[in-house]
This record gives sequence, structure tokens and C-alpha cells, in this order.
Amino acid sequence: MATLSTTTATRNVWMRRLLSLITPLAGTMVFLLIWQLGVIAFNVPAYFLPTPTRILEEAIKEISKLTNHGWITVYEMLAGYFLAVAVGVPLAIAMTSSRRFDEFVTPTMLFFQVVPKIAVAPLFIVWFGVGITPKILVAFLISFFPIVIDTAVGLRSMTPEMLDLARSMGATQLQIFREFRLPTSLPYLFSGLKVAATLAVAGAVVGEFVGADKGLGYLLLVTNSNMQTALMFATIVVLTIIGLIFFYIIEFLESLLIPWHVTQRTKEETPTM
Amino acid sequence: MPEPFIRFQNVNKIYKTKNGAVEAVLDATFDIKQSEFVAIVGPSGCGKTTILKMLAGLIPHSSGAITIGGQRVDKPQTDVGIVFQDSIMLDWRDVLSNVMIQIDIRKMDRAAFQPVALELLKKTGLEGFEKKKPYELSGGMRQRVSICRALVHDPPLLLMDEPFGALDALTREQISMDIQHLWMEKRKTALHITHSIPEAVLLADRVVVMSPRPGRIVEIMDIDLPRPRRLDKLPPKFNDYAGHIRDLFKSAGVLAMD
Ligand SMILES: Nc1ncnc2c1ncn2[C@@H]1O[C@H](COP(=O)(O)OP(=O)(O)OP(=O)(O)O)[C@@H](O)[C@H]1O
Ligand SMILES: [Mg+2]
Repeated sequence: MATLSTTTATRNVWMRRLLSLITPLAGTMVFLLIWQLGVIAFNVPAYFLPTPTRILEEAIKEISKLTNHGWITVYEMLAGYFLAVAVGVPLAIAMTSSRRFDEFVTPTMLFFQVVPKIAVAPLFIVWFGVGITPKILVAFLISFFPIVIDTAVGLRSMTPEMLDLARSMGATQLQIFREFRLPTSLPYLFSGLKVAATLAVAGAVVGEFVGADKGLGYLLLVTNSNMQTALMFATIVVLTIIGLIFFYIIEFLESLLIPWHVTQRTKEETPTM
Repeated sequence: MPEPFIRFQNVNKIYKTKNGAVEAVLDATFDIKQSEFVAIVGPSGCGKTTILKMLAGLIPHSSGAITIGGQRVDKPQTDVGIVFQDSIMLDWRDVLSNVMIQIDIRKMDRAAFQPVALELLKKTGLEGFEKKKPYELSGGMRQRVSICRALVHDPPLLLMDEPFGALDALTREQISMDIQHLWMEKRKTALHITHSIPEAVLLADRVVVMSPRPGRIVEIMDIDLPRPRRLDKLPPKFNDYAGHIRDLFKSAGVLAMD
């Protein structure tokens, strides 16, 4: 009896795992199928909305073009992103370590945060030409603020009681930072890094829109003016894939570095239905 | 007569806030002898935490004098172990490392104190959990970890701020027993803050009873009961002590009769 019920229980667990794997896939397939059939049924012209299979064909045909331009955009995105990390994290540390410095930079920061980054892109072209630099800078600017702000919030999130505990141990400022404040801030830091990861691609593409002769943003403009709608869709798909991969890499790093973090935990405990 | 280990003399604490001054503690005078276990009991908001933090040098007192071993308290004290109301776990460290942080920060000898930490964890029923992360523990287990952390460096003074506040009655009793056990072994000077009358009487040599805000000391009672005190064999005198404290609270208007 007992063994029987255990095996059914294990089978149920496996069924659920399998289902949770298949369900999202099935959803995507249904969506694509409706798209495909809809386009055929209503005789939608290809320049207006191509079928998914048509887009796939085009992507395969133009694979070298997509990858060549894709690498450029990936490079701009990564350079801008890591620049944002390299500047943003130390800035947040400085802001949270000194009240005076915080008061000094916060109003300016707020101003630059509210400035629509997209509107600044043409200015960068004026300053830095049509090379790769202005694209990196737009990617930098757009991913910078979530990193600074979330890191600063994280560094301020340590409870007063934890500080009391540290002080009762005679901890030095450096020890308080390294052993208490910094680890406490990591979940916030990573939520900023993840938001920034999704924005960085957009930044690079916007930079390319304004003036470029390579990159996926440039390819979008060219395909647009040539009415190559299928290739345009393929480009959008590639951009999306780049963004997704980048996001999941950061999320993977997060799960490696801060396995104690709550969101990680709840995910493990409650398998998605 | 030698000077008592800890001495509060006419200590006042006034918090300055935006809405004016808050008198948290008024004219507190009491002392704690070496190796004595003192409990402070009083209603919520009467200034118990304030007294503990002033003693630990974590907040300044407004007037009066606080001394530990004859030394004035004017900066954070490090010769202490503190158990806070919240267990304050470092989520990124496992149970053993949460205890050992005390040793790491003080740059004490890790190799020498690791066995001490393991022994404490064993005594508080946490054997086998050394490698677990705090989020894998129950609230009571976390609080036990924080008690071990407060004791591992063998401090001459142990301060506990409602360490069982968030726990259920059964766990409270169990950890009370753990604390009595540890204290009888080491005879540390201890200050234990609680709002539970039975807990104060069970653990303490002396109980400081406080009135509601602004916090004043109403009475300091000697608890003359043999140790180890056991919850299942409480002498009639236990109820007399508890009843007396209850009466003090009733006349202060804290406990309403029904
Ligand atoms: N930082 C502060 N600023 C202003 N007022 C404060 C501050 N800390 C405490 N108080 C006030 O001082 C009084 C005593 O607070 P305290 O925390 O010492 O009480 P307590 O006896 O520990 O209460 P509880 O049992 O609820 O923990 C309260 O009225 C509280 O509002
Ligand atoms: Mg309190």
C-alpha cells in the first residue's frame, strides 16, 4: 500500500514537472499557429505582416547579416552596461557613505535621470560622431540609473539593529561595510542589474537609430525603408533573444552569488503550475 | 563593600523628536552585581530597550551616570554579548558562521573558538544544523543561534532584549531553560529584558519592575528561589512573587481586572 502511494506521488511530481515544461512551449506554439493561420486566412500581404515560417526562412537565409550586425549591437550593449556597473556601483557606495556627497550629487542625478535618454542620443552623435562611442554611451546612460538607485537603496537597507550588533562586536567601518552592509545590499543590487540588463539592448539600438552604418538598429532602419518586413521581424526576434539571454545570464549569476535571496527561495519551493 | 559591576545612577533619557521631547526613562537607579542575573519587566514602551541600549553604549543617556566595572559608559561597549529582540541572522552565512562572525570581527583565534561555537550549538539543540542557512531554520532555532553568537566569545556581560518576543509559549519555555542552564554553567552577569512576569521570576536573581511611560523603576525585588528552577516543579513562592509584580502593574493601571 505504502509503496504504491509513494510511486503515484513521485509519478505526480514528474507529471507536474513535465507539464510545467510543456505548458509554456504549447502556449507559444498556439500563438504562432494562430498568427500563421490568420495571415494565410485573411490573405495579409507579406510586406504588412509575414508569417512566422516566412520570418524563419528569412532569418536562415540572412543569418550572416544578422550575426554580423548582432555582434556589433551586443558589443555596444555590453560595453555600455559594464561601464554603468563600473561607475554606478562605486557612486552608490560613495552616496551612501557620505551624506554630504549624497546631497551634493542627488539633485543633479535626479535631473539626468528624468532627461529622456533617447532625446540625448542625437547630441552624442554631434559630440562623438557616428562611430561606436555614442551607442555605448546611450546604453550606459539608460542602464546607469537603475543600478545606482537600487544599489543605494540596498546599501541603506541594513537594519539599525544589525548596525548595533556590529558595533557591539567592535566592528570597524570597513568591517561593517564588508561583512554586513554589502551582503545585505546584494539582492537590491541584482534587481537593479536585471532591470539594467533589459534596458541596455534598447539603449544600443536607440543609439544606432540616430546615426549608424552597422548594428541591428541600423539593420532595422534599412529593412524598414526597403520594405523587407520579414527580415525586419527577424531582426526584432534576434534583439529579443539577445535581451533574454543577457537577462538570464545575470539571473543565473544572482542565483550563484545570493542563493539565500527570497525570490530565489520561493521559486524553488513553489514549482510553477 | 566593593563597587557593583554595573551601576545606573539617576539616569534619564529624553529623546528629542520633531514633535518635542519624549521622556523615555526617568531617574533610573539600580545596580547589577558580578555574576548576577537581573531581569527588567515592564509594559511595552516603558523604556526597557532604551535602558539596554544605554548600558551597551549604543545610544547616549541624557543625564546621570552609567558605569561598568567602574568605567563610564560613553561609547559602544564591546565586552558584551547582546541578544536582540529580532534574531538578526546574516542570511549569507550558515549557522556556524553566524555564530563565528563574533570571532571574525574581533579577529580572535578561529581555530580556538570553533569548538566553543560547536559546543554551544550542541547545548542549545542545534547539533546537525551547523551547515544550514538561517532561512532553513524556525524562528526559535534562529533565536538560539543568536544566543550562541552572544556567548561564543565568552563575554563578561550578557544583554538580552526580549529574546523570545516573537516565539510561541512552548519554545519560550524551552529556550528559557536553555538560558538558565547556560547561565548556571558560566555565571555571566546578565541583564534580561522581558514583558513576561513568569519569565522574569523564573530566570532572575532580581527583578526590576518598571512603570508605563515615562519609564520609572517601581520596585526591585529579590527572587529567593533555589536553582535550577523547573517549570514543572514551581514552589508556591514563585506564584507569590509573580502575584506581587502583577499587583504592582494593576495599581499602575497596566493590568485591568476582569
Ligand atoms: N529613537 C527614538 N526616538 C524617539 N523616541 C523613542 C526612540 N526610541 C524609543 N523611543 C520612545 O521611548 C519610549 C521607550 O521606548 P523603548 O523602546 O525603550 O520601550 P520598550 O520598553 O523597549 O518597549 P517594548 O516592550 O515595546 O519593546 C517609547 O515611548 C518610545 O516611543
Ligand atoms: Mg523594546
